[in-house]
Amino acid sequence: MLDADTFDRIREPRSAGRLQPGAGAWHRVSRRYLKAQLLSYGLLLAVVVVAVTVATLVLGQPWPLIPGTIAVVFLVTMLVILPRQVRAIGYLLRADDLVLRRGILWQRVVAVPYGRMQLVDITHGPLDRHFGIAQLKLVTAAAASAVSIPGLDQAAAEALRDHLVEVAENRRTGL
Amino acid sequence: MTAPTPALVRSPLSDGRWHRPHPITPLLRGGVALLVVAGVVIANLRERLLFLVLPWLRPPGDERWEQPGDPVDWIIANEQYVLASLGLLAVIVVLVIGFALAWRFHTFRITGDDVEVRSGILFRSHRRAPLDRVQGVNLTRPFVARFLGLAKLEVVGAGTSGNVKLEYLRLHDAETIRADILRLASGLELAPDAVAVGPGGLRAEAARAISGIVDGDEPAVESPSVVDLPVKRLVLARLLDPATIGGVTTLVAGLIVAACGTPWILFGAVPAGLGLLGYQVQVLLRSLRFGIAPTPDGVRITFGLLTSVTEILPPGRVHAVELTQPLLWRPAGWWTVRINRVTGNESAQGGADQLSVVLPVGTVEEVARVLGLLLPALDGPRLHALLDAGLAAHPADDPFLTTPRRARILRPLTWRRNGVRLDVDVLAMRRGVVWRQLVLVPLARLQSIALVQGPLARRFSVAGLHAHTVKGPVIAKIGSIDRDAVTARWHEVETAAITAAAADRSHRWADAGAQTPEERA
Repeated sequence: MLDADTFDRIREPRSAGRLQPGAGAWHRVSRRYLKAQLLSYGLLLAVVVVAVTVATLVLGQPWPLIPGTIAVVFLVTMLVILPRQVRAIGYLLRADDLVLRRGILWQRVVAVPYGRMQLVDITHGPLDRHFGIAQLKLVTAAAASAVSIPGLDQAAAEALRDHLVEVAENRRTGL
Repeated sequence: MTAPTPALVRSPLSDGRWHRPHPITPLLRGGVALLVVAGVVIANLRERLLFLVLPWLRPPGDERWEQPGDPVDWIIANEQYVLASLGLLAVIVVLVIGFALAWRFHTFRITGDDVEVRSGILFRSHRRAPLDRVQGVNLTRPFVARFLGLAKLEVVGAGTSGNVKLEYLRLHDAETIRADILRLASGLELAPDAVAVGPGGLRAEAARAISGIVDGDEPAVESPSVVDLPVKRLVLARLLDPATIGGVTTLVAGLIVAACGTPWILFGAVPAGLGLLGYQVQVLLRSLRFGIAPTPDGVRITFGLLTSVTEILPPGRVHAVELTQPLLWRPAGWWTVRINRVTGNESAQGGADQLSVVLPVGTVEEVARVLGLLLPALDGPRLHALLDAGLAAHPADDPFLTTPRRARILRPLTWRRNGVRLDVDVLAMRRGVVWRQLVLVPLARLQSIALVQGPLARRFSVAGLHAHTVKGPVIAKIGSIDRDAVTARWHEVETAAITAAAADRSHRWADAGAQTPEERA
């Protein structure tokens, strides 16, 4: 259920000094998440390019070229690193906690005990719905925890939420 | 909604029924705005009224008040004294009715499960704080209310803006209600040896109170503060604080630059310098009359010269502790102690800030006594070992896991001090050479823990450890620790945190037989 249509393996940094949070049944995110992200950044890029072109050529205004170029450089960079970034997201369900890893250049591995979860939240925008994916967020009493797993298959997101709520119920503690 | 067990409450106001606060409450709450309005009106009319009553004081030939359209002139000219008095009377009547209604609609009750407050005339509000989530109870006596013998209670809840305020009450009522709330929240009634529930009645009440005193159930005298801060030390500590020095430097530099021909610099330097100094004076005033003492229901923290605040922090409500030492305090060996705790109000940053300081300035001995109250699980020898290693520059035979030699370029000054240590159920982080810091996180309160690594750290095969706690001034982060060692430490901390949280019973601290939710399930 959790591994339907996901990436085959988690992408890690190549350097020997990388973080190695340990082996285990790491789950990956849906392949469709990459498509959705590429599409949304691609659309944004198209809008920016069209707007700047129209402003420069049709209206004869040269100044939009400056913010336009910055935006295009940023968006193209995002499009290039997205496939790597998305493949680096992984989560691991252990006996008493959930571990989430993200990032290649900036690696971050967070462990959240099930008993610390205050609520589990599923969100999906229109584009997400079209691709049948959703984002799952875990909220603890600490804002810094910021655990969100994007790009889960919708069925997987709901199964995961039900699982998390169930295990959290058995381990609930105070703040 | 169950009424609280009569054996557990002392105040007639906490019997599970709705009660009203002291009748003067609306005046104290809305009174400030009214005073300001009245003050502005009086200030503007002062000379008019003075010359009206004592016309001979008026300088001859002063015609500046004789402007057409002035309402006071109009009243005098048309002899409409009755109308004016009626108008004034109407304003007063409306105010009085408003205040009376506000008072009538403002009620509170304390039940066996929660504390509730209803208020508002047009826009009704109903706040409720569940007792098993109480994070603390503050008793504040603002300057004006102190003269009237009144106080307000604030029950700190778990959520953001989850505080419930009972204002204003007679001081005695406020104190007994606070004790009641804490006793109910402590889970005493769930304890196996709970007092048998007897019928109420005055005689029974009195007998219970007396036996309570005899049995030591309620301490007749409050325990004294474990630290005694001399005013001299508080003032000196403020003077040696970097913010004071920064403020003075800004002022002096501003004056010198201004004297050299750029006077406009004063517009920036003077407010900035005075702001910093004013902040220091504020901190000083708050730290006067500071006290911290143990009570059966938690740690009692008292402070404030003009507005006095007493807070009771029940056990297990401390999420992180930080000891810091500015450079100039080092010769005296002083430290300041701050904590992260759930404050319930995000907006009141100033208030949250003052409650987060649990020791404004103290010696290592005093720090140890305060920490003994805040983290009772950390017993004497362990605490002293931790402090010895954590406060020194770099002790011999260091129990802390520090930055490896190969990565010293990432922490050129602090690499031997920058370290982390897991001590059974406390995570300690040691940072800084110039500005020394030691952070302690009780693992029973840890929310989550992260390992982080950027490209530079990866080159040196090191990584950082971030412990996430509730929002507050203490930041529990450490960087540049050996990758393998810190990964192992991360696993250990997580395991220890799960164990500590499962064994934690502090949400019902007086209930020795309380089960953890896991055992109940």
